[in-house]
Amino acid sequence: MPFKRYVEVGRVALVNYGKDYGKLVVIVDVIDQNRALVDAPDMVRGQINFKRLTLTDIKIDIKRVPNKKTLIAALEAGDVKNKWENSSWGRKLIVQKKRASLNDFDRFKIMLAKIKKAGVVRQELAKLKKEAA
Amino acid sequence: MAPQQRKPHVCRNPDLIRGVGKYSRSKMYHKRGLWAIKAKNGGAFPKHEKKAVAAAPAEKPPKFYPADDVKKPLVNKRKARPTKLRASITPGTVLIVLAGRFKGKRVVFLKQLTSGLLLVTGPFKINGIPLRRVNQSYVIATSTKVDISGVNVEKFDDKYFGKKVEKKKKKGEGEFFEAEKEEKNTLPQEKKDDQKSVDAALIQCIEAVPDLKSYLGARFSLKAGMKPHELVF
Repeated sequence: MPFKRYVEVGRVALVNYGKDYGKLVVIVDVIDQNRALVDAPDMVRGQINFKRLTLTDIKIDIKRVPNKKTLIAALEAGDVKNKWENSSWGRKLIVQKKRASLNDFDRFKIMLAKIKKAGVVRQELAKLKKEAA
Repeated sequence: MAPQQRKPHVCRNPDLIRGVGKYSRSKMYHKRGLWAIKAKNGGAFPKHEKKAVAAAPAEKPPKFYPADDVKKPLVNKRKARPTKLRASITPGTVLIVLAGRFKGKRVVFLKQLTSGLLLVTGPFKINGIPLRRVNQSYVIATSTKVDISGVNVEKFDDKYFGKKVEKKKKKGEGEFFEAEKEEKNTLPQEKKDDQKSVDAALIQCIEAVPDLKSYLGARFSLKAGMKPHELVF
C-alpha cells in the first residue's frame, strides 16, 4: 500500500482544525518535520501543523513560496475550485453545509418532498411486482 | 432665509491625554478673548448685581420630632418598560410555541403588547390558535416571515385579553348551582369577528407561499439526530 498523496509544494489540502477550519489551502513550503507554510487567496500566508491538514488529490504547479498574485493565477490555471466541487469529497462537504444551514421551513419542505418521492417509488415497485406475479 | 445650520462646536482646548489640555492657562486666556472682554469693559471683568433673593417666610420649629430616626428609602428612577424584544422577532415572524396546550405549534407573531407579552395568532382556520398572548421566553423564533402589512392590530391590548369582572352575586344558597350553570364561558361574537378580520388578510398572504399553510398547520417536534444547539431555525 504505497502512499498516493504527498506533501509537496503545490499540494492542495483541507484544514481540519482551528481558526481556518474547512478552508482549502495550498502548501507553498515545508518548514520542518511537522509544519508547512500554507497560503490561500482569502487568508494571510502562515504556518500550520501537518496534523491540522488533510491532503487532497489536487496539486497545482507553483514554485516554492509564490506571491499572492502568482498563486491565484496558478489556482485558476489548475481549475482547483471546479475540480474540488465536482469531486465526491467536495460534493459531500457542500451537502453537509447546506443541511446545516437549513431553516425550519426548509426542513418541513424537504420532509414533504421525501414523502412524495417515497410514494412514487412505492407505486412503481407495486407496478413491477404486479407484472412479475 | 433658511435657518443657519450650526456646525457642532469643536472644543478650544483638545486633550493631549485625559486630564492634560493642549494649551496652557495663559494661552487659553488669550483664546477665550477674556482680554477683549476686559478691554471693552474698561480694564476689569464685567460684573452684574446679584439678584435680590426673596426673603423666605420664617419657619417655625416643628412641634413633634419622631423618637427613632426613620431611614428614607433610596431614590429609584427606573421606569417600567415592556420586555426587550429579541432581534429575531419582528412582526410577521413565524414562532414555535414551546409550552402550554399549543406546544409545538407554529404561529404568526403580530405585535408586542405593553405588558411585554407577544400578540400571536394561528391563524385560527389553519391551526386552531386564536388571537392569544404568549411570553417571549416560551417561544422559538424561526427565520420565516409572513407579510403582515394588510393586518390592523391597533385595537388589541392587554385589557382585551383580561378576565371579565363578574357582577357580585348575592348569597342565595338554593339557587347557587343553577345560577353557575347558566353562565357558561361562550366567546362573545365580537371576539370571533376580530379573529376573522385579522385572519382574512393573513391567510391570503400565507396561501401565496407554497407549503406555508401546511407548515403552519403542522407541529414541531425533535426527531432522532436533531441537535437543538446546532439547528438553524
